[in-house]
Amino acid sequence: MRNKYTIGTLGLEVVGIVVGLIFLIPFYFVLINSVKSFSEILLNAAALPKEVLFANYMKVWEVINFPRAFWNSLTITVFSNIGLVVISSMAAWKMVRTPGKFSKILFIIFVSAMVIPFQTVMIPLMKVGGTLGIMNSIPGLVFMYFGFGVPLSLFLYHGFVKTVPIEIEESARIDGCSSFGVFWRIVFPLLKPITVTVIILNTLWIWNDFLLPLLVLQDPNLKTIPLATSSFFAQYTKQWDMGLAALMMGITPVIIFFLFLQKHIIKGIAAGSIK
Amino acid sequence: MEPKLSPQDISVKSSVKLASKKKAKWKSVLTYAAFVGPAILFFTIVQLVPFFMGLYYSFTSWNGVSSTAEWVGFANYLKIFTNDKDFLNSFLFTTKFMLAAVVISNLIGFSLALLLNAALKSKNILRTVYFIPNVIGGLLLGFIWQFIFVKGFAAVGAATDIAFFKLPWLGDETTAFWGIVIVFAWQISGYMMVIYIAALQGVDPSLLEAAKIDGASSWMMLRKIIIPLILPAFTICFFLTISMAFKIFDLNLSLTGGGPFNSTQSVAINIYNEAFQYNRYGLGTAKSFIFFLIVAVFTTLQVVLTKRKEVQA
Repeated sequence: MRNKYTIGTLGLEVVGIVVGLIFLIPFYFVLINSVKSFSEILLNAAALPKEVLFANYMKVWEVINFPRAFWNSLTITVFSNIGLVVISSMAAWKMVRTPGKFSKILFIIFVSAMVIPFQTVMIPLMKVGGTLGIMNSIPGLVFMYFGFGVPLSLFLYHGFVKTVPIEIEESARIDGCSSFGVFWRIVFPLLKPITVTVIILNTLWIWNDFLLPLLVLQDPNLKTIPLATSSFFAQYTKQWDMGLAALMMGITPVIIFFLFLQKHIIKGIAAGSIK
Repeated sequence: MEPKLSPQDISVKSSVKLASKKKAKWKSVLTYAAFVGPAILFFTIVQLVPFFMGLYYSFTSWNGVSSTAEWVGFANYLKIFTNDKDFLNSFLFTTKFMLAAVVISNLIGFSLALLLNAALKSKNILRTVYFIPNVIGGLLLGFIWQFIFVKGFAAVGAATDIAFFKLPWLGDETTAFWGIVIVFAWQISGYMMVIYIAALQGVDPSLLEAAKIDGASSWMMLRKIIIPLILPAFTICFFLTISMAFKIFDLNLSLTGGGPFNSTQSVAINIYNEAFQYNRYGLGTAKSFIFFLIVAVFTTLQVVLTKRKEVQA
């Protein structure tokens, strides 16, 4: 199918670019209106701003304590990721390397749990969280992400470990390496491609998650970015000016994350779903 | 030279061997537990225990606050099926939404993949652009589009006089429904595209070359060669879109909040309200189990059906 660049290809190129612009229009609306005054937004939301005002951004920065919200989101995402990588890679490797009924049944349980909607477990989970005393705390929330993230992360690692040759592990063992040594020194570095995928998928999900933080974190100081942003969009009083600036600030970090890693993200998603 | 062993020596030796074997077995069980234990522990506390607790609560009239939950048998389930119009409506909405969303987002996603499979100069940039909506969470996407539907479209409509932009977006049951479909498709199509592209790259070009020489049109090649060969990708994409559309919550909540007149209330929102607005946890968990069963049945059914069509390459 590697043909020359023809008129037909040029036509497709134009179609592609037009569709691309349509995909970007929503960001245009948010960006231009985030630097307008409230009255100018109401007057005409499609026009370019008469003058660029950064007052909205400055107000939002203070009102929701943006650095705080950003820091909370970052902490939660980073620690959840570290934990999930450690827990799931170790478990998946051992399960693959210890074939037998137990490992098989365990794997089936983990995988079938992926179909459980969050709503099915959320109500009793709040009670469990209360009993364990982990409500309204960031470590508690991270603990819960460990539990929710394990099935998918383990599933991805499980598929990948099967492709890692066992011979290197055996020779290391003959040289007197313990199980932990074999795993951390030899296997884990080999798992790097799937580790990247696992981190990316978990980051996008945890950074953007809304309902679990809403249920777990009551303290305003613990608010994450989605929680903080939603405060400008109360049902009847829409503070568009501040809301749009908050949206810009909320989506910028994750878009930067994506643009830096887009090659890995796209490759990882393709690999993660085809496996 | 080996020393001669008396029978007594041999029996001593074998019992030592047995003991060390036992020890080795213990050791391997302990290592297994050390590696797999944490995963089992977190998963059990966060998902398994709440799942079975929920199953129990769904047969009670628990209000979430009191320490005792009165056993009511199937009363909650009976009530949901016979006397809960809101739940029925939210279920109908979710099903309709799922069907529309799955068809549209896969159609767009697959078309975009075909487009980018051509030798476009801008294909790397375009792939990134089409994918961007996916990295933003559903909640924020909903707020972005709420603004576009309410203020942006109105402004464009006033300037261009095109009827499409002057519709009462989000204010009317039909347009609100399609509004959510549009935003969902805008978000998800790029994700589906990535999976379809990966599958398209796996199609052997010599097959297409041969078909071309035999005089097959592009449409024929698409229908008779490409689509049958990449059916596994359709299985995955349908599975993902069905489960995502069925569980829709964030996007729905921030875009329409379930309105107007509860017409766009998804099942997930209905359950959330039942539990946390009205404090009817027993009823809420019963609904969530019905929800779980429906999601499980729909997704397995879909996988079984499309798997059957896949050809072994």
